[in-house]
Amino acid sequence: MLEVRSLVKTFGALRATDGIDLDVREGETHAIIGPNGAGKTTFIGQLAGNLRPDSGRITFAGEDVTGLGAPQRARRGLARSFQITSIYPEFSALHNVALAVQAQSGHSFRFWSAALKESSLLDPAQKILDEVGLGSRSRVLAANLSHGEQRQLEVAMALATRPRLLLLDEPMAGMGIEESQRMIGFLGTLKQRHTIVLVEHDMDAVFKLADRISVLVYGRLIASGEPEAIRANPEVRAAYLGEDA
Amino acid sequence: MTKGRLIGWIAGVLILIALPPILQAFNQPFYIDLVRRIMILAIAAVSLNLILGYGGMVSFGHAAYIGIGAYAVGILGFYGFFNGWLHLLVAMVASAIVALAIGAVSIRTSGIYFIMITLAFTQMLYYLGISVAEYGGDDGMRLKRRSQLGIADLNDPIQFYYLALVVMLIAVYLTYRIVNSRFGLVLRASKSNEARSRAIGFSPYPYRLVAFVIAGAMCGLAGALYGNHTNYITPSLMSWQQSGDIMFMVILGGMASTAGPVLGTFALLLLESFLAGWTEHWQVILGPLLILSVIFFRRGLAGIFYKPDA
Repeated sequence: MLEVRSLVKTFGALRATDGIDLDVREGETHAIIGPNGAGKTTFIGQLAGNLRPDSGRITFAGEDVTGLGAPQRARRGLARSFQITSIYPEFSALHNVALAVQAQSGHSFRFWSAALKESSLLDPAQKILDEVGLGSRSRVLAANLSHGEQRQLEVAMALATRPRLLLLDEPMAGMGIEESQRMIGFLGTLKQRHTIVLVEHDMDAVFKLADRISVLVYGRLIASGEPEAIRANPEVRAAYLGEDA
Repeated sequence: MTKGRLIGWIAGVLILIALPPILQAFNQPFYIDLVRRIMILAIAAVSLNLILGYGGMVSFGHAAYIGIGAYAVGILGFYGFFNGWLHLLVAMVASAIVALAIGAVSIRTSGIYFIMITLAFTQMLYYLGISVAEYGGDDGMRLKRRSQLGIADLNDPIQFYYLALVVMLIAVYLTYRIVNSRFGLVLRASKSNEARSRAIGFSPYPYRLVAFVIAGAMCGLAGALYGNHTNYITPSLMSWQQSGDIMFMVILGGMASTAGPVLGTFALLLLESFLAGWTEHWQVILGPLLILSVIFFRRGLAGIFYKPDA
C-alpha cells in the first residue's frame, strides 16, 4: 500500500530522516515509535506531503507520490490527523466534517447554492460523527469542544475523506486516561476496516493496536517487526523502551 | 440569514429608497450626492470583504480597481465611446485581468509580503496614471460625457442614486451567495486553517485567485460608477490612502459579515462628512474615534447585532 525507499531529509547538519525504508501492507496497523526528537513528525510530514524529502521515493497504491503536495495526496486517499489539534474552530463539528466530505467530492468551483444545506455533504458528515461518538455534539462550535472531543473530530475529518490509508500523528496526545481508553477502543474498531500508520507515545495503545511496529531513532529505523519481536529486541530496549520495559 | 438580520436589511433598504424624495423635500441635494457616493464605495468595500474578510487576504491595493474602473470610463469617453454597458464591461474585464496578474504573484506569499506586493502593484498603477500626460497625468481628466446606460440617466442625480443602490444590493447578494457556496467554504476554511484544508485535499491557491479576480472585477464596477459620480478622474483614486480607506470601511463595519462593509462605509463617510462640516481639524477627532471603535467593537459594527451560532 505504502512504500518508502531510502528517504532522506536534512535540516542543516541534522539528518532528521536518514535513509528510511518502510513498507506498510494493506489492512495492517503499523505503529511508528521512537523517543522525542527521533524524527517522527518530520517523517510523517513527508508521508503526508507537507515536507519535501531531499532524496528517496514514496509510492502510494502503486503510484509515485514523492513530488505531490498534501492536497493531491489527500485526494488520492492518504489522510492525516495532526499531533497538535488542527480543526476549523469557528465552524461547527458537523461543518468541519462536511468540509472534509466536500474536499473529496470533486472541485469546489460552485458559486451559488448554499453548501451547508446540501444533504449530500451533511448526511455523510453526521454519519461519521455518529461513528466516532460525537453525533450528539454535531451542532457545537469546534472551538467549544473539549480537547478529547477535538481529537475525535480530527479523526472524523480524516475518515470523511474516505481514506485508503490513515496517518494518525499521536491521536491520544494530551488526552486523559479515560479519554485515551475510549480512543483506543475506537481505533480498535477502525483498524478492522482501514490501513493505519500510527505514530504514538502511549506504549499501551501501541501494543494493543499495532500489527507491526517500526522504531525510529535519530532519523533511522533501527527495528521493524511484530510487537513481540520489538519488545524483545535488545537494541530497541536500550534506545527506547529502557525505562518502560 | 436569521429573521432579525433580514428585517434589518429590509428596514435599511426601505430607508435608502425613501431618502431621495425626503431630502428633495427639504432641499438638501448635497446629501443625495453623499449617500450615492457612500453606496458606490460600499460596493468596493463589499468586494474587498470577499477576499479580506472571508479569504484572509489583506490586499492593501484594492483602490487599483477603483482607478481602473474610473479610467475605463474616462479613456473610452476620451476616444468617443459613450456606451455605458461597454464602459462597465471594460471596467470589469480590465480589473479582472489586472487582478489576475497581481493575484497570481501575490497569493503565493502571505502575511506582510502579501500586503507589500499588493501595495506595490497599486503604486505602480498610481504612478502610471500620473505619468500618462494624454489622460491628464497628475491633474486628471474630466469626463466628456457620463456613461450612457439607457436604463438610467447618470446626469440625473436621483436616477444615478437608485442605480447605485441597486448595484450595491446586487453586489451584497452575490457576495452572500458566493461565501456560502462550496467555493466560499473553501475560501473561509482555508483562512481558518490552511494546513487542515490542505490535509483534507483542498489546494487553496486557485480558489483564492478566483476570489481575488471576482473581487477585482466587482471593485472595477464600483470604480466605473465612481468615475461617473465624481465626473472627474485623477490618479489619486488609486492612492494608498484610498486603499486604506476601503480597508478601514471593512474592518470598522465587521470583516466576514454580510452587512459589515456597507455599515462600515456609511459610518466612516457619514462621520467624516459630519466632522468636516463642524471643524477643519476633523481628522484629529476621527482618528481616535476609529481606534476606539476597533477596540470596543471587535467584530465591527455588524458585530453589535451578531450573535455567534451555537
